[in-house]
Amino acid sequence: MKKRKVMISNIIMCFILIASIIMAASIGSASLTVRGSLQIILSRVPIVRHFISLEGIKPTFEIIVWNIRIPRILLAGLCGASLSLVGVCFQGLFRNPLADPQIIGVSSGAALGATLAVLSGVSVSFAGLSGIGLFAFLGAIVTVVLVYRISCTGNRAPVVHIILTGTAVSSMLSAVISLLLCMRREDLEKIYMWTLGSFSGATMNKVIFLLIFLVICGVIIFIFAKDLDMILTGEEAAMSLGVDTVMVKKILIVVASVLVAVSVSVSGTIGFVGLIIPHIVRLICGPKHRKLMPLAALTGAVFLIWCDTIARTIRSPGEIPVGVVTALCGAPYFLYLLNRSKKKVV
Amino acid sequence: MKSKLELHVEDLSWKVENEKLILDEITMTFLKGGFYGILGPNGSGKTSLMRHLLRLIEAKSGRISLNDKKLNTYKRKELAQNIALVPQNTNIDTNFTAYDIVMMGRAPYQKRFEESNSNDQRIVKEAMEMTNCYHLKDEIYSNLSGGEAQRVITARAIAQQTPWLVLDEPISHLDIRYQIELMEHLKQLNAERGVSVLAVLHDINIAASYCKQIVLMKNSKIVAYGPTEEILTKENLEEVFEMRFMEIEQPGLQKTLFFADIHNKN
Repeated sequence: MKKRKVMISNIIMCFILIASIIMAASIGSASLTVRGSLQIILSRVPIVRHFISLEGIKPTFEIIVWNIRIPRILLAGLCGASLSLVGVCFQGLFRNPLADPQIIGVSSGAALGATLAVLSGVSVSFAGLSGIGLFAFLGAIVTVVLVYRISCTGNRAPVVHIILTGTAVSSMLSAVISLLLCMRREDLEKIYMWTLGSFSGATMNKVIFLLIFLVICGVIIFIFAKDLDMILTGEEAAMSLGVDTVMVKKILIVVASVLVAVSVSVSGTIGFVGLIIPHIVRLICGPKHRKLMPLAALTGAVFLIWCDTIARTIRSPGEIPVGVVTALCGAPYFLYLLNRSKKKVV
Repeated sequence: MKSKLELHVEDLSWKVENEKLILDEITMTFLKGGFYGILGPNGSGKTSLMRHLLRLIEAKSGRISLNDKKLNTYKRKELAQNIALVPQNTNIDTNFTAYDIVMMGRAPYQKRFEESNSNDQRIVKEAMEMTNCYHLKDEIYSNLSGGEAQRVITARAIAQQTPWLVLDEPISHLDIRYQIELMEHLKQLNAERGVSVLAVLHDINIAASYCKQIVLMKNSKIVAYGPTEEILTKENLEEVFEMRFMEIEQPGLQKTLFFADIHNKN
């Protein structure tokens, strides 16, 4: 009965996602009808394309949709899915409703990496990643490893230690970034805009790169869904129920951090998605991770696609950072949540 | 050779870095089928010993073995099929329903993606009925009262269907009626299914009425253990708790009740 409700929610969300992609592809400075964008998209789908004619649609529109909008929309969707999934994973793992993908210092590590890349003017690229993306990825991974090593006492890394260490390391790295920026003011804008996140540099290569990581990391995270349920009721309780919490924690921190690092490296740091989407979805389908994870990924994808659509159209022809949009929508909800949990404590 | 069905602790010592010893060379054998009551003042090491038995703390110095096999060679899942725990603190902030929580007791027997089958459902229902919490099954766990939560967690441990059951102050949040009910159920599990029970208790008279064996702990050590009648004496209690006790014989029963002698402080 309840299982069916979750199933239906998933199916509905899939349709909303597809509809969002098609609709978002039609919105922009070169305006197109939804039907037009549907035709353009279907014209590239195998088998179906034989039944689609592109008569009456300007070839430039086809290029705009395929080469500019679709990669961008897909990248936003994949980032939203990744961040939400990691948010679910960390909130369960750290038994903390305020945990988000950035909690263990991934974003500040990535930001420092990006800053260093800009300042040193590197121009290497790898697997579709620019120098900035590559450095951001490395910065994120190094930071997570550092945070985990510092917070380990003996064989264990207590959750509170990890969170506090992450926060401390984050502020330290932010201070380093500020210092570097003060010394090189000419790069200030570029780096500042990067930290707010944007999908304007989306390419099909980046989409594929992120997709591969989302599938691999997503599957691994999903494998531990049941263990996360039990960890959520307490680490020792989980152990006594047969969960090897030390191992699960290690694997999930590594896998989830890699996924965040990849998503940050293609888009910059985008806040609040990973924090609020899990909470919204939990209201619909309850706390069981097996149900929570797929729906959170789908919802996160839809949310970020629309945030990005707003970000790139609201001040057309210019655009605002997508991080601004997510935070503007996310912060009020965050405050509401905070208030609600305060009531629960009293 | 027939393997011994026992939980054996040898020379177990434990301390948190540079602080005082919490467990001091504990050696003890819990026999299969026993009903042990572990008594002692606060901070005497009872909970730490129980946590070692569940391998929530890895034994660093000393050995623990279950059925002649070292505890640290067990896989967690395998261990969870052998020993279940009712922890001292049952306060969990979670949106899971009471039923979900008890169903987690079946996890050690399920594969990763396996749903609960009708057998699991039957066992969970039975366990919840045993601790009188089946009517709470759809309630959100964190909305339950202390006593209700304790009954749900106890049901989870029972649903694990383990040959060993470790309970750390299982009745501390229960009113007198539920205390007796729970102890009766433990007695029943012990007698009918041969479940070995290790319970940390603070109520000396409940321990005297239900436990077959008593373990007395003080200052990180086991000071006495053995059959209840031999161990629960006025002298032993006075020594362990460092206060005066008085004993009252129950006419007709061969049981003695113990009370703190508050009028005769010394």
